[in-house]
Order: sequence, then structure tokens, then C-alpha cells
Amino acid sequence: MIQVDYYIILSAILFTIGALGVLIRRNPLIIFMSIELMLNAANLVFVAFGRSFQVAQEAAGKAVSFDGQIFVFFVIAVAAAEVAVGLALIVEIFKTKKNINIDEMNSLKG
Amino acid sequence: MTSELIVFLVLSLAAVAAAFGMVSSRNAVYSALFLVLNFVTVAIFYLLLGAPFIAMSQITVYAGAIMVLFLFVIMLLGAEALAPTNVLPWQRPLAFSLAVILLVESVYLVISRAQTNAVIVAPDIAVNSMDNLRAMAMSLFNQFLLPFEVTSILLLVAMVGAIVLTKREKAGQK
Repeated sequence: MIQVDYYIILSAILFTIGALGVLIRRNPLIIFMSIELMLNAANLVFVAFGRSFQVAQEAAGKAVSFDGQIFVFFVIAVAAAEVAVGLALIVEIFKTKKNINIDEMNSLKG
Repeated sequence: MTSELIVFLVLSLAAVAAAFGMVSSRNAVYSALFLVLNFVTVAIFYLLLGAPFIAMSQITVYAGAIMVLFLFVIMLLGAEALAPTNVLPWQRPLAFSLAVILLVESVYLVISRAQTNAVIVAPDIAVNSMDNLRAMAMSLFNQFLLPFEVTSILLLVAMVGAIVLTKREKAGQK
């Protein structure tokens, strides 16, 4: 038996590491991976809270709901779409500038 | 200390170490592989939380499809290691202090409002089986049918967008 707070703290740590990665890295691909890490931390909390809700429902004798897991399913689908478009943008920036250092991306015009 | 707590601690140590390795490694390929390790540990957490379908989606979609896409782009662009620049030298200490503030703040919020009665018990075999998939499908195609269809349109738009963005425009050809 684990308290749901442990999962929230773990998720907070993972989210902070993701945010730190976005702030300190200069490689846009690694910044992207850090965003994925933050999404993952949020998903973990969704599933943990969903499980804790299910435990409460089982104790009350009601039918269990799977809403937390459904939300994670949607988040995974949205993350896949985001990665496809984002990586296409990075490839396009590389083709224009021959460089993907984030410090050089300071103008909207190519 | 129960066995469940030991499993949780070991897995969370692996997850945090993999995340830290992802942020701190010099080579982007190593970063991607560390992130795969992190995704796999989180998938095991999902199994412990009674979400086998989400765990398998995590492995196939994240650790499989998305990370292969990442590795493909890293190697295509040759962006394994970028030359270090000193454009904003004050940024790194500021980022570390902001991250520490964020962590302390969120952990303090969790601890100060801790609900000690909210516990997670490991699901029995009945939950970790086909029942999970059946119940999720019932929920997905009844209550969440509209978001499901909107997600399919989103994926279609993302696919068309990625193709249009990377299409090579030939000179003098419309």
C-alpha cells in the first residue's frame, strides 16, 4: 500500500528535471525531449490519481471508472502529433540556417 | 517496509536517474536512450497502477515510435553535439535556482496538503487483465467518443502538416 503523495512527489521531481532541461540546454532536440519528459510526469499523476479514485470506488462498492487512463491515452496521441510537427519544423530550420542552435533562432524570418 | 514500497523506491530512483542523465549528457543520442529508459520505468509504474493498456501504449508509442523519430532526426541533422556558445552566461545558474524553487514549492504543496487517507493498493489479477482493455474501450467509445474522433482529426492534421513542411519546393515549379 503506497500513498498517492509519493507518486505526486516523484512526478514533481521528473517535471522539474524536464523544466530544467528546457532552460539549460541549447539543442532544440533535447529541449523537445524535456517537454516529453514533462508530459510524462503529468501522465504519471493522472494514472496515480485515477488508481486512487478506483480504490475509493471499489471500497464504496461502485463500478470503477477509467477516466484518468483515458486522459493519458489522449495525451499520448497529442504528444505524438506534436512531435511529428515539431521535428518537421526543426528539419526545416536546419535546411534554412544550416544550424539548429537555439541561440541563432532569434528571428521569425528565415 | 513493504515490498511494494521497495519496488516503488527502486523504480523511482531509476526514473529520476534516467531523467537526469537525459538532461545532462553531452551527446543527444545518449539523451534519447536515457529518455527511453525513463519511459520504460514509467510504463512499469503504469503496470503497478493497474493500467496495462496505457503501459503498452507508452512502450509502443513513446519508447517505440516517438523516440525512433527523435533518433532519426538527430542522426539526419548530425546534431549529436552542438558547439557550446556563451550567449547567455547567467542563464545556467538562474535556471538551476528557478528549478530548485519549483521543486521545493511543489513538494511543499504536496506535503502541506497531504491526504493521508488517499492510498494506492496494487490491483489484483482481475483488474490487470483484459477487463481493463474492455472497460477502457467501453468508456472511450461511449463517453469519450467525440474527443476520440477529434484526436483522429488532430493526427491527420499533424501528418499533413509534417509532409507540407518538409516538402521540397522545386524552383520554377508550382
